[in-house]
Amino acid sequence: MVVIDIETEDGQREALRRMQTIRSFDSKAGDLFADGELPGFVHLYVGEEAVGVGACSALEENDYITSTHRGHGHCIAKGLDPKQMMSELYGKSGGYCNGKGGSMHIADVDAGMLGANGIVGAGPPLATGAALTAQLKGEDKVALAFFGDGAVAQGQVHEAINIAATWNLPAIFVVENNQYGEATPVEKQHNVQNLSETAEAYNIPGFTVDGMDITAVYEAVKEARKRAADGQGPTFIEAETYRYHGHFEGDQQVYRTQEDVDIWKDRDAIETFKTRLIDAGVITEDEYDEMKAEIDEEIEDAVAEAKEAPYPDPSEAYEDMFSATVPEISQFSSQMRADGGRGRTDGGEDQ
Amino acid sequence: MSTDTASGTGPADTKEMTFREAIRLALREELERDENVFVMGEDVGKFGGVYEVTGDLVEQFGEERLRDTPISEAGFMGAGVGAAATGTRPVVEIMFSDFIGVCSEQIINQMAKNRYMFGGKTEMPITVRTTEGGGSGAASQHSGTLHTWFAHFPGVMAVAPGTPAAAKGLLKSAIRSNDPVIFFENKEIYGQTGEVPLDEDFTLPIGEASVEREGEDVTVVATQRMVGESLELAEELEGQVSVEVIDPRSLYPLDTDTLVESVKKTGRLVIADESPLSYGTHAEIGMRVMENAFFSLDAPIQRVGVADVHIPFSPVLEDEVLPHASDVEAAINRIV
Ligand SMILES: Cc1ncc(C[n+]2csc(CCOP(=O)(O)OP(=O)(O)O)c2C)c(N)n1
Repeated sequence: MVVIDIETEDGQREALRRMQTIRSFDSKAGDLFADGELPGFVHLYVGEEAVGVGACSALEENDYITSTHRGHGHCIAKGLDPKQMMSELYGKSGGYCNGKGGSMHIADVDAGMLGANGIVGAGPPLATGAALTAQLKGEDKVALAFFGDGAVAQGQVHEAINIAATWNLPAIFVVENNQYGEATPVEKQHNVQNLSETAEAYNIPGFTVDGMDITAVYEAVKEARKRAADGQGPTFIEAETYRYHGHFEGDQQVYRTQEDVDIWKDRDAIETFKTRLIDAGVITEDEYDEMKAEIDEEIEDAVAEAKEAPYPDPSEAYEDMFSATVPEISQFSSQMRADGGRGRTDGGEDQ
Repeated sequence: MSTDTASGTGPADTKEMTFREAIRLALREELERDENVFVMGEDVGKFGGVYEVTGDLVEQFGEERLRDTPISEAGFMGAGVGAAATGTRPVVEIMFSDFIGVCSEQIINQMAKNRYMFGGKTEMPITVRTTEGGGSGAASQHSGTLHTWFAHFPGVMAVAPGTPAAAKGLLKSAIRSNDPVIFFENKEIYGQTGEVPLDEDFTLPIGEASVEREGEDVTVVATQRMVGESLELAEELEGQVSVEVIDPRSLYPLDTDTLVESVKKTGRLVIADESPLSYGTHAEIGMRVMENAFFSLDAPIQRVGVADVHIPFSPVLEDEVLPHASDVEAAINRIV
């Protein structure tokens, strides 16, 4: 199931499954990183699952999302395959970007996932563009940008919202207010009480919702999608949430205490939703445990597969720059690789 | 390319028009040909563009496809990238290349890197049109020549034509290309005229230089405004020095073969390009010739450009720093 219909019981179980998949995937990624298994850096989404899954549940399969450096959760929420994602984290062949992107750049345009993004605030303009495509082509599609509270301070985010508002584009802007931009708390970055007040400046609707409650996020985004698809333009949604891990793995987190974290963990999105589904008779505790075991196994399989997968051939480093052939790349790269020794720059035909 | 002006509507037909009109014609033809093509930028619609390049296109194609943007380079440049990634072919106009700094994030980290970073699975069929060059007393923030920056930056094609025909053929190729192209228009030559093929399928491959004039004694590789000026100079020098003039037209990819062939014949090279001289277009062209035709060179390579300063306001100062035909002539005299 790529699209979740959270209004059905199957959909609710799937939403819970997807939240748990994100948590298992990212918890595992954190462990792997600590073990020195993963190159680069990883930013985990643990704690914020309700936002990604709630929002994506309100979208249709062909809708677009843009993402951030903390993008694993958005990928899984949009229906991407954890196995291919894990291979990408390892930099292996078979990953979403064949090892060229890594954790921060997973993309699958065909699935409507326009890319995790290493640049804070770069996603909203891209979503505005995807929404523009939908409008120009008269397609029933919307584009949703996920971005952080820190990104709200970026100029290009405001430009993107202003353009989308002015042109009445089918766009949705979802701020994941996880209370920190790296180490700086949100109050030190913004002078407004709620980030959704931003919407007033563009004369578009703005809401702040409980980002630990998947239903609240879903309802808000569903409304926004309806508005967008009806030609009534963008909506700005702030989801209040929290990241349980540090900004990046290895972050000493001097800016907060364990007590701060525990206050939010008491309202854990997965626990809350699970309890609600158990109370409603949609799932039993045992079924949930079974599901979680299945997911954990799936993630272990993904890791095993990623470990076994071959690295890309080094020569692939010179592929994918352009769709057309560019003589420079083949010429320079073959000079660099000549005789198995790189760094050779001679080889003009005169010699 | 034909310069045949015979009447009729055959593919060989050409018409004399300005550089500006050639660009507008390319835009018109591509907007007609493919409904996924649209143009956006500041005042490109009713106003027709600050240099009147988009002119009356809005009357034919409407405000949806000749889209006036807010003054938000980062916002609409990024929207162009997002639109290109999702199935349209945007032509984004950045009014002056000097403003690219305002939206360089979207060019550098999004437009140029998406395809590679995502393992080749994203197409990026976007064209960025922008103006360059001094000569109109616009001073430093509206006269810069930035093509070297993007010819150097991997993942974008940098095109800088010197004739109206090249402008038409290359802009059409840029719009049809699935790769990001930054198309640099020297604003001092918008009014320059030339014969332009009328054939709607007339395109020029990006990465092919044009020998605009054949000669025996010295090769002048000239770009943009320097093409016309070098051709006139070559006429004047006829009988004393035989000058071959080549317009590379595309700075990345660069047609090394044509340049090398020419230097192997003439043994001498002058590079004339209106950009700062250090680490630039001149150096790259010179180096490629060195790598491939070192033993054919009879004299040191000469470069004509801007002496690493910004373009000043006062006409006297501006004239001082900009390269002219007289500088090309002096360079030729140094080595012939
Ligand atoms: C333009 C830019 N500036 C700085 C950074 C470094 N950086 C990476 S993540 C981050 C914090 C982002 O905070 P926020 O938008 O709230 O997202 P969160 O990490 O909380 O999910 C910063 C400053 C960057 N990647 N891009």
